[in-house]
Amino acid sequence: MGFPLEYLVAAVVILLFLVGIAFFRSPRTARLGGWLNILAYAGAVAFVVIRYPVFGPEFVLIAVLLGGTLGSLLAVRVSMLGVPQMIAFQHGCGGAAAFLIAFSEFIREGADLTTLAQVGGVLGIIVGAATFSGSLIAAGKLARKIEQRPVFLPSHTTIVFGLLFFALLLSVLAIFEYGLPFAVGLATGLIVVSVVIGVIFTIRVGGADMPVIISFFNATAGFAAAFCGIALSNFLLIGCGACVAASGSLLTITMCRAMNRNLLGVFSGIRPSVARPAEALEPVPAEASSEEGSPFDRAIAALKRAKDVIIAPGYGMALSQAQEQVRSLAKWLKERGAGVRYAIHPVAGRMPGHMNVLLAEVGVEYDELFEMQVINDDFKEADLAIVIGACDVVNPAASTRQGTPISGMPILKAHEANAVIVLNYDEKPGFSGVDNPLYGMKHVIPIWGDAKANLNALLSSLQQ
Amino acid sequence: MLPLIIMLGIFFFLLGVGYFLVSRVPTLLHTPLMSATNAISSITILGAFLLLSKSLSPLITVLAIFAVLMASFNCIGGFLLTDRMFKMFRKKE
Repeated sequence: MGFPLEYLVAAVVILLFLVGIAFFRSPRTARLGGWLNILAYAGAVAFVVIRYPVFGPEFVLIAVLLGGTLGSLLAVRVSMLGVPQMIAFQHGCGGAAAFLIAFSEFIREGADLTTLAQVGGVLGIIVGAATFSGSLIAAGKLARKIEQRPVFLPSHTTIVFGLLFFALLLSVLAIFEYGLPFAVGLATGLIVVSVVIGVIFTIRVGGADMPVIISFFNATAGFAAAFCGIALSNFLLIGCGACVAASGSLLTITMCRAMNRNLLGVFSGIRPSVARPAEALEPVPAEASSEEGSPFDRAIAALKRAKDVIIAPGYGMALSQAQEQVRSLAKWLKERGAGVRYAIHPVAGRMPGHMNVLLAEVGVEYDELFEMQVINDDFKEADLAIVIGACDVVNPAASTRQGTPISGMPILKAHEANAVIVLNYDEKPGFSGVDNPLYGMKHVIPIWGDAKANLNALLSSLQQ
Repeated sequence: MLPLIIMLGIFFFLLGVGYFLVSRVPTLLHTPLMSATNAISSITILGAFLLLSKSLSPLITVLAIFAVLMASFNCIGGFLLTDRMFKMFRKKE
């Protein structure tokens, strides 16, 4: 950068990105917004490559083709269930690219960076390398390849702060020694320490908190890109990095609120322990309570009677791959003239908005998907709520009991419906470890077992 | 001092504008939003291209080419996945 034309290009590219993101406010215009982003990105790349021809273009081309092919193969093939781990992995790649560039610029002979650029460089190395290793751990946890429970080392917090202090020390020394041969060694050490920080930091975060941590690394990948931009004195990188950091920060805050967690609690891996065993809630009288028969028959009767149905899906539905069956059940209900809506809790999936893409993948129209705040007051007028593979997000104990990990967490008020069918794997509590009093209520019909198999059984019985 | 003020100005201005725009995105689209912003963050590929336009030591050349590999994986994978997800969101006819 340095010439007015470059500033102009940077401004136009950032503006296009912003307009693209503005189009994401509605599903009708979102796709156009996505293409505006691609256009802006391609324009920026074309401008830089034409103006600053690279040495050895054949190697660069091979790298682009290889990365692009792998990326497109994964993007086309990944199932919506696998999207969180793919995106977590990509955050790792973003962090890696940022720290490699910041490091290269920092140790490059003849770069002659200003002190400001040097600070940007070391920050880019720290944040980029920690995002890289941390995101790989998060991707492993999301893919269920790594232990879900938080891993605690002895004096974990002290280790984290000690390592951070060590990184700070190395940074200061590297800037002090800048331009001297020893700075290369210090910057290399900084990469190693930062990678270790990312690992130690992330192993302590539990599987249930992954929606928070994936958003957090989305933000740090943005910050790393922005720091990289400061190292290179490149406004385009700073601007784009800041936009991404803003988006990731907002999603982090949204996820924390939806889980009633604070960020420090997530990072420490500690969840408030369950103070008391679950006490039965006052049962809500309902017509179903007087009926006899197996839960299966009661569920059939409730489904045949229902005119206004709300479906509350949870991650268990996705794990049993029951989305198609859920949609078939909704179709059957609609053909009988019933209204069917889906109530989506913000943390029903493994990342922000995950449940929506899981349902959209099987063809559920988006005007049937409702945010929790919009639909929550309609449960009490609904004839029937169907809970599928969801526990904590429909647990009334969140609002009736104090001192549990979910106390105060906003929930879907499925228990307020006239009748509730629960299709969960078992009666065990969800991630939070809090028993769910919903299961014991008289108007609730629990059907335990694999949701997919049970839905198939219900469907074949209904269609006779 | 001037570069510091300009850079911090750009950084905080876009942090604010970005936050405002993203807060208008419905939760319905939060997954593709994260995928799209992830792809945007791979704009760091420009940094690698700028590095590679200079004469570099072999070590730094290799590092920069690795950065290009990572960033292009992120960019193309991210934008394609975003578009694939946006296409899934259909409305009743």
